[in-house]
Amino acid sequence: MNYVIIGAGPAGVVAAETLRKNDPEGDITMISGEGASPYSRMAIPYFLTGKIEESGTHLRKAKDHYDSNSIKVIAENVSKVDTKKSTVTLSNGDSVSYDKLLIASGATPVKPPVPGLDRVGVHHCWTLEDAHNIVKHAVKGSDVVLMGAGFIGCIILESLLARGVNLTVVEAEDRMVPRMMNQIGGTMIKDWCIAKGANVLTSTRATSVDEADGKLAVTVDSGDVIPADLVVVATGVKSNTDFLDGTDIKMEDGILIDDHFRTNVDNVYAAGDCAKGREFNSDGWAVHAIQPTATEHGRIAAVNMTGGDCGQYRGSLSMNVLDTAGLVTASFGQWEGVGGDGVETVDKDNFRYMRLEFDKDDMLVGALSLGRTDQVGCIRGLIQARKPMGKWKARLLEDPNRIAEAYVGLSQ
Amino acid sequence: MQKSLHINPELCTGCVQCELACSYDNEGVFNPSKSRIKVFKFHDEGRFVPYTCTQCSDAWCQQACPVDAITLDAATGAKVVNDATCVGCKVCTIACPFGTVNYNADTGKVIKCDLCGGDPECAKACPTDAITFIDANWTGLGKMRDWAMKTDAGAQAGA
Repeated sequence: MNYVIIGAGPAGVVAAETLRKNDPEGDITMISGEGASPYSRMAIPYFLTGKIEESGTHLRKAKDHYDSNSIKVIAENVSKVDTKKSTVTLSNGDSVSYDKLLIASGATPVKPPVPGLDRVGVHHCWTLEDAHNIVKHAVKGSDVVLMGAGFIGCIILESLLARGVNLTVVEAEDRMVPRMMNQIGGTMIKDWCIAKGANVLTSTRATSVDEADGKLAVTVDSGDVIPADLVVVATGVKSNTDFLDGTDIKMEDGILIDDHFRTNVDNVYAAGDCAKGREFNSDGWAVHAIQPTATEHGRIAAVNMTGGDCGQYRGSLSMNVLDTAGLVTASFGQWEGVGGDGVETVDKDNFRYMRLEFDKDDMLVGALSLGRTDQVGCIRGLIQARKPMGKWKARLLEDPNRIAEAYVGLSQ
Repeated sequence: MQKSLHINPELCTGCVQCELACSYDNEGVFNPSKSRIKVFKFHDEGRFVPYTCTQCSDAWCQQACPVDAITLDAATGAKVVNDATCVGCKVCTIACPFGTVNYNADTGKVIKCDLCGGDPECAKACPTDAITFIDANWTGLGKMRDWAMKTDAGAQAGA
């Protein structure tokens, strides 16, 4: 069997390793658009702070990891896929044929429709190359504007502050990390960042980026102009699927996959940030673009590609953990609530917040936590156990911080 | 024969000697909040439950780690955090459905039970044999794993 994987992020690498484990004889080729050493974007913030070298971002540390597992890594972009001929065309013109193809091409940052984002000094923070550019320009005393206070914007905030820059954050929504935190949590993160020395403008849109006096100038919708030596654009990502134009592969905001990770086209599978798969608990399908879903997808897709059986796939749980300049937050599942009971405790002075959401059957379906680092994984355990909380529901409604006790009490 | 921690809550008196031994051996302080084993106290039932990592075979924490910092100690079966490699991203702390990998803000790394390299301090410190280190086949960790296996994530780990 000849397996080809497009993409060498967490989904691609885990898939390659799982294919090798389940099919010792198969040919496995992994196509990497960013060099021959697959790395993790999750590690970029720590590269920015100088905590790790570039090699510290690598997904696997053994130098011969891919060779020793007979995984061929091709460092090229993919320009086209022909599902009728079962071939992948590379940007250097070479063609790679497959018996089974996994598309794990990840996501790519989106640029908002703001004039001037093509100017020198405007960068995303997505690739290692972006990170090198940010390191070069975010020097002590420089003016930096961060467009977007989503997950990526927040996670690089500490490194920018640590570099001693004058930082202004511009976020269109009314709070920070709006897709991961509600009003209370997102506002607490904003207060935290202001206390750490950042200038945070929420409910504010950048309207243009111009050049003035040898610097960049970011105009916002209030009319204010913010000078900048560096503008970092972190306003979200989308599935990286342009190279599939012209194929019959069905797509919405991601490649549609079934519970066996198959696309609608024979022998073509998809996983990770580019895939829209079943979501746990929501009866829906979603692109998560998170590390745990990417590795879970990669693993289960590969098992399916080798003819194995993972049982009924119950979907991946949306969850995030974020460190915004030292303030740790986590979100799980349907934290917006589904019409059942909810509870929260707020301690703004000490930056502690916990919110739990239950469904009508007294099962935990979602949670937000802020300022807590111990035993947060129990929340995942409780949600995915999909069991009524019994007597623990009343206790949690009284004090939602007792999640670990509830987990141990129910499981032991 | 590989050994694992066997926990018998029936024998636990809640004295937290295990927490003190663990935090002292691993972090150099007598501080239960730095312990990798935690005793849960259910006073209304008069029940105490020592609780730590089960070293699951296909470990969620290990799979979720983006930089390969959690590896298998082949001698003990423990999943061990390599401090030099861990960047402190905390993905493992939400991936582990048992909540037994935790972030230590003082070091900027995550901490979890590593079986003390094959001679766990908690078991040695336990005065009532509620925590013992015995042949893996005899431990009751199956109960905890069974519960997790019923979860969606469990189906994945068993794949």
